[in-house]
Amino acid sequence: MLHNLSVGELAERLRSRELSSVELTRHFLGRIERLNPALNALITLTADAALAAAAAADRRLADGERAPLLGIPLIHKDIFCTDGVRTSCGSRMLDNFVAPYDATVVARLKEAGAVMLGKANMDEFAMGSSNETSYYGPVKNPWNTAKVPGGSSGGSAAAMAARLASFTTGTDTGGSIRQPAALTGVTGVKPTYGRVSRYGMIAFASSLDQAGVFARTAADAATVLKAIAGFDPLDSTSVDEPVPDYPAMLDAPLKGLKIGLLREFFDGLEPRNAALIHDSLKVYTSLGATTVEVSLPHLPLSVPTYYVVAPAECSSNLSRFDGVRFGYRCDQPKDLADLYKRSRGEGFGPEVKRRIMTGTYVLSAGYFDAYYLKAQKVRRLITEDFRAAFQQVDLVVGPTTPTPAFDIGAKMDDPVTMYLNDIYTIGANLAGLPGISLPCGFVDGLPMGLQLIGPHFSEGRLLNAAHLYQLATEWHTHAPRGYE
Amino acid sequence: MSLTRQDVEKIAHLARLSITEQEMPVYVTSLSSIVDFVDELSGADVGSVEPMAHPLDGQRQRLRPDAVTETDHHEKYQRNAPSVQGGLYVVPRVIE
Repeated sequence: MLHNLSVGELAERLRSRELSSVELTRHFLGRIERLNPALNALITLTADAALAAAAAADRRLADGERAPLLGIPLIHKDIFCTDGVRTSCGSRMLDNFVAPYDATVVARLKEAGAVMLGKANMDEFAMGSSNETSYYGPVKNPWNTAKVPGGSSGGSAAAMAARLASFTTGTDTGGSIRQPAALTGVTGVKPTYGRVSRYGMIAFASSLDQAGVFARTAADAATVLKAIAGFDPLDSTSVDEPVPDYPAMLDAPLKGLKIGLLREFFDGLEPRNAALIHDSLKVYTSLGATTVEVSLPHLPLSVPTYYVVAPAECSSNLSRFDGVRFGYRCDQPKDLADLYKRSRGEGFGPEVKRRIMTGTYVLSAGYFDAYYLKAQKVRRLITEDFRAAFQQVDLVVGPTTPTPAFDIGAKMDDPVTMYLNDIYTIGANLAGLPGISLPCGFVDGLPMGLQLIGPHFSEGRLLNAAHLYQLATEWHTHAPRGYE
Repeated sequence: MSLTRQDVEKIAHLARLSITEQEMPVYVTSLSSIVDFVDELSGADVGSVEPMAHPLDGQRQRLRPDAVTETDHHEKYQRNAPSVQGGLYVVPRVIE
């Protein structure tokens, strides 16, 4: 079936004119109509615009154009601004916000000829690990609709797992691509900080946010990453480094690759989960890699460090929502202070308010040194731990999450328990490192993820290691029942 | 509780957030548990480590020529505003 084909296979059929982009787009729109009501993976469907974009792609294909994503359908996380299309960021605050311009990620994929089907559900302002904080309701995991899909890019991950698009976009501030990729059994890539432009991506924590991709395979992710990565003068933290030809690097042999097993990731890890990671390592040794244990002694401090740094940056970034220039405004404000307070109090949901207040507290007079400055110092220690590890090994591996997908509602009353779900993913964000989550097996019928983390700008090597793992295994080919 | 109701009221005021009576006890409890949790950092030995604000070393703020690159989009941008009059954003009266 078309929805199980890779981007590469679809591109070939489109080029040979055996399949048109309009047919492919209709196929996915039909699946969304049929399957999405049970999942709630989308906030906005843009069917008419998608069919028009597909027809335009078909004309470019008829003219002989050969771009790798030309005519391929995708879904964008609703954090990316899309010109003329509502961009809600999962919040009541932006329920009525029609973006006046395209994010760079959106613009680049548009130019590449990819076809946007709609906008994916997400945790409100990307704050959450379960996609339960969305103003538009929770997203369900296609593997078991009583379970969360992970977050914050839960809609993008669920849509990918349910085969509602050929690929989807996401963002990762503390694990928001890798964690939902793991919990839904898809491939998720978080690039190096600064690799992909943040322009037009609604800001949560500016020193951590990074855009990335969900795909069926690492090879597909390589094609998409090549299209969206690269310097952008509109993002002051975008890095001016050439973009390697990721697809051309996929088949490099792994002989001699040194893989570090992260000791801290296995402390207290459930034996069945640990066994899957050890099985994955056997695959790598059979491909010629060597493994050695490495330690990141400060890693256990990564979650408290993150929950100071990220809320601090969020409290500053979200101060722009004031009920004046865009977004929600309360009824009948009695004065300007009331306008600000009630617009924000009514427009933001509980988790966003909690993070804004946490951030306000750690930045406030008398607490700044003890919390914010201290967290920034620990952040350096964690980054130095990774640097030391990468002097011994080429990449490090471990599980993406401590457990498979949990029940909807199970952790909503206890924010700290929810935050600890990101324990294995946050380190890479604090250090700005690229990471990938790959399906590596099942626990209780639910998918689990293998996480690879590499040095800055090692996306090519990570995708290469992920691709060869996928050639040797078939975990990434499993589809949830009813979505095959 | 590491935070009192008065602490949370002060924080909410600084953040310009209205918090309802019903929400207040929930925030006192959950913010206290978050503050207790991040207090784990107080035991970390950071010595003379420099604080880290940017994840990539050696990156500097770029400068660009001071030239106009944007055209006037105010009408398009103001379509998202809750209240506009004559190209200006309307807010409640500030000066009587």
